[in-house]
Amino acid sequence: MTTINEIQDAIIDEFSVYDEWLDKYEYLIDLGREMPLIGEAGKTDANLIDGCQSRVWLTCEADADGRLHFAADSDAIITKGMISLLIRVVDGRTPQEILASEFYFIDAIGLRENLSPTRAGGLAAMIKRIRDYAAAYVEG
Amino acid sequence: MSFPSQIRRDFPILNRTIAGRPLVYFDNAATSQRPEQVLRMQDALCRESNANIHRAVHTLSDEATEAYEAGRRAVQRFINAAAPEEIVLTGGTTMAINLVANCLAWGGFIKEGDAILLTEAEHHSNIVPWQMVCQRTGAHLEVVPVSAGGREANDGGIDMEAYRAALHRGVKMVAITHVSNILGVVNPIVQMVTEAHALGIPVLIDGAQGIVHRKVDVQALGCDFYAFSGHKIYAPTGIGVLYGRREWLEKLPPFMGGGDMVGRVSFSNTTYADLPLKFEAGTANFVAGACLKPALEYAASVADNPAAAAHEQQLMAAMKQALASVDSIYVAAAEATDRVPLWSFTIEGVHPLDAAMLMDKMGVALRSGHMCAEPIVDRIGGGSMLRASLMPYNTLEEVDIFREALQRTVKILRK
Repeated sequence: MTTINEIQDAIIDEFSVYDEWLDKYEYLIDLGREMPLIGEAGKTDANLIDGCQSRVWLTCEADADGRLHFAADSDAIITKGMISLLIRVVDGRTPQEILASEFYFIDAIGLRENLSPTRAGGLAAMIKRIRDYAAAYVEG
Repeated sequence: MSFPSQIRRDFPILNRTIAGRPLVYFDNAATSQRPEQVLRMQDALCRESNANIHRAVHTLSDEATEAYEAGRRAVQRFINAAAPEEIVLTGGTTMAINLVANCLAWGGFIKEGDAILLTEAEHHSNIVPWQMVCQRTGAHLEVVPVSAGGREANDGGIDMEAYRAALHRGVKMVAITHVSNILGVVNPIVQMVTEAHALGIPVLIDGAQGIVHRKVDVQALGCDFYAFSGHKIYAPTGIGVLYGRREWLEKLPPFMGGGDMVGRVSFSNTTYADLPLKFEAGTANFVAGACLKPALEYAASVADNPAAAAHEQQLMAAMKQALASVDSIYVAAAEATDRVPLWSFTIEGVHPLDAAMLMDKMGVALRSGHMCAEPIVDRIGGGSMLRASLMPYNTLEEVDIFREALQRTVKILRK
């Protein structure tokens, strides 16, 4: 079983092949297109994340083993790509693992520093929502 | 040297690169860049004359005061106000409008049942202050529609019939934008002022965009208030202007108390300073205020240059073509006859945020989102649009880069 950090390192590796900023974004767009969607039923106000220039919906369910499974959608494709990376890192993890992790891959692949403060706020809001879900499961 | 090369060299920031590409700064309607003349003034004041104004008798304070007041006089000349006393320096357009709204309410000029008239295409800064006054006084807003968004002519025109009808519904204040930051259309403010005044209704003009691209003569215009920001017209942030006709400024009570706005202070009574300091409580941003002089002199020298007008026409034509080169694009108020170089648009199948992010990586700075004008952007742009806004220092080559970047962006996002 790989760890959260091993997945983060794999993402950093994948992004290291792109020298050009535009290529990184095109890769994010491809990831966004491939991401499993949550369907219209999941696009509720309760699942909507504030703090983004685009709209992001995120759902979370725990399986029988107590591992969390996330799904998301956004009306903006680059946002979708970013959240698909986040989901790849946290999907199938226990709430404790998620709460104990730092998402350092965001800085390492340059997403945080190269997104405008508005957008970084969006990314921060997504991470906060993921942690909130995990915390809610820990508290039970 | 030809235009705009001769002015472009005054703006050091325009030599920057973004992600390895030359910066194409097309977000001027949000804030403009500052020329050397302004940067030098800012630097010199901080290094040589930094002292609080209007108070001390020492040399630094005298110098800072004189520089700040020279900024005020430069504003007076720039908009042809009758006297420097009619120029209140504020933190920006937003603060200027809040000042008028609050003073009108505190002075009892707006009461329950009264109306304040706005257009549909106002910036939040010319909506929310009035809404707050309405909540406090029991007044209400009258909103006049504009033509854009597909259900009518796409020329951004104000529905003048609706305007006239609304004026008769208890309107105590007309607060309208000179040029909408979404539509870029020059509103018929002379006519609107004349019609409001015929009924004895005062008019405030939000000039945040208008002052940048149109000559403003407040005496000829006859408006009661004209508000604008320094940072959109070559000056630093944190300084703005409220022009008010003397009779209005004299009868309005101040709404902020503190230093600089007083005559004599005691615990039983305080008298207020004469105009315009009555409305300038607290230490002003005197460095930025002083910079209004080089900034507005710069703006005037560009406006007086016939080559600049010709250049602007070329930029407008090139931008129109660049936008038209994209399929399924909606340009707000595309059919307007009198507009400034500012275009808001949406592209089918392309989220404005995605486009703005990709364009940034190609060096092109655009604005995306609701752009502080949610009511109009919600109606005509589905809540989010892209905006390109140009200044005289922008070039035809930059428009070419914009066009190519936009086409490439659309291709990437639609594939």
